[in-house]
Amino acid sequence: MTVRLGGGQGFYGDGIGPVADVLDAGVDYLVCEALAELTLAILQKDRMRDESLGYTRDLPLYLRAALPFVLAGKTKFITNAGGINPVAAGRAVMATLKQAGATGLKVATVVGDDVRSRADELELPGDAMFASVYLGAKPIVEALAQGADVVVTGRVADASLFVAPLAHEFGWSWDDWDRLAAGVVIGHLLECSGQVAGGNYSGPWWENPDPTRIGFPIAECEPDGSAVITKPADAGGMVTFDTVREQLLYEVHDPSRYLNPDVVADFTSLTLSDLGGNRVQVTGTRGRPAPETYKGLVCTPVGWAGETRVAYTWPDAEAKARAALRFVRTRAEAAGVPVEEWYEEYFGVNGYGGPTVDIPEGWQPPEVVGRLAWRTQDPESAARPGREVGVLGLSGPPGISGIGRDRGGKPTQLLAVDPFFVDKALVDAQVRVDVEEV
Amino acid sequence: MTRIQLVDLCGARCGDKGNISDLSLFADDMDAYEVIRSEVTAERVKEHFGSLVDGGVERFEAPNLLALKFVMQDALGGGGPRSLRSDNLGKTHGAALLRLWIDVPDEVAENSKRRGRRAPVER
Repeated sequence: MTVRLGGGQGFYGDGIGPVADVLDAGVDYLVCEALAELTLAILQKDRMRDESLGYTRDLPLYLRAALPFVLAGKTKFITNAGGINPVAAGRAVMATLKQAGATGLKVATVVGDDVRSRADELELPGDAMFASVYLGAKPIVEALAQGADVVVTGRVADASLFVAPLAHEFGWSWDDWDRLAAGVVIGHLLECSGQVAGGNYSGPWWENPDPTRIGFPIAECEPDGSAVITKPADAGGMVTFDTVREQLLYEVHDPSRYLNPDVVADFTSLTLSDLGGNRVQVTGTRGRPAPETYKGLVCTPVGWAGETRVAYTWPDAEAKARAALRFVRTRAEAAGVPVEEWYEEYFGVNGYGGPTVDIPEGWQPPEVVGRLAWRTQDPESAARPGREVGVLGLSGPPGISGIGRDRGGKPTQLLAVDPFFVDKALVDAQVRVDVEEV
Repeated sequence: MTRIQLVDLCGARCGDKGNISDLSLFADDMDAYEVIRSEVTAERVKEHFGSLVDGGVERFEAPNLLALKFVMQDALGGGGPRSLRSDNLGKTHGAALLRLWIDVPDEVAENSKRRGRRAPVER
């Protein structure tokens, strides 16, 4: 028995078009992974504006794309779009289904990843805005066992969204470390959508076939944990040894012990075989017992930021840009603005790469964009240095230009998102799978 | 020996976890892998990134993928939602690593399929 998984989303705001190709190619599960660390901070800002938000609002788009296949019984839909408010996401799912006139479907919502109310007990900061734990695959398997057609969760670990359908379909036990680790590998390869199919490829990316129609990935998974990673035949992009290994190591830290809530996976144990024709087989993954704790993320407010960008032309573009940013800094400080941190960048010189860039003596770039960012404790102070930028127009170095319409004037709140670890039993006791029917 | 930039020998991908920048460096064959394994040490990478990376750099090896992994602490100005950097997620750090110059045996440089390969520009 082969189970086909489709990677339907790699982040909040990802493409929708490629999902149709994945669905047309036929997948047993469409898995939409919507969350990054930064995403949770974005969702926090959403929720501060409106308590009913805090989930990724493109969820209905993905669900609607999948719905004909879900209604036909061909495909089940799994997503962590619930973000920091899975209950609201569950409501959005139900509303979307009702609006589409769908009936006879079971929707499961996984809750319990939020531990903010236990901040004291867990010794988390008192001003925590959210504290979410990365849950594993188990509650999703429970949902699937109850017949769920659609499963929506909060902060479930990315790869676990994919481990769950495999554990459910193949009946993997929770101490079958090698197979669970193989599932984590499959999930990790699919969770970033186009990034395994030629997106962000650091080789000759310009040879990517049909790049504007880059495909999202499909895994053909076997009960022993081996799988072939591929993409819809008609879609663009490419799935090769090179694109797959780049995704495999993406953000994993120590590749010999990639930590997942359900297993520690050893990515150095596996073999990737390029079968040609956009098919890469992965075999031989080994795993070790799961960590004793869950990882969580806690978010706290850490101030406000403002920024400005000014562009100068040749000659002496870098010198002018540096003088201009100094002008703004000095005048803001003279005016008593309580800035706690400044950050300068010079695009066209070394804005990206900083000290890794060799700058030839006497080099004269045709233009330089200077960017100045600053941190303060309150939004009013963060807005203040921007007022000095306009003065440059008539009183600064010669040759200033705007860089389009972006004046960068509006302060943004800065949030720290820091990891913590928590005893699993404490969290498991509050995890719940709610099943509703339409 | 030939002195080349890593961009002419390797691929790279970068990502983030909090304030940690996570880089992978990929060779195309075992000879090139052995060269980067001996030349691209954690110490050299730490020195190369200078003021961009405040913390330590740890290196891991994945010979099955002909890859090295570098985990750089305190490398993103506080991490995504806290950082004042325009590249708050370290998405440019892979390219920054590929700027590093190393000495390689002549045949490794000659055999590199990446050497001198640049995207065509259509203006």
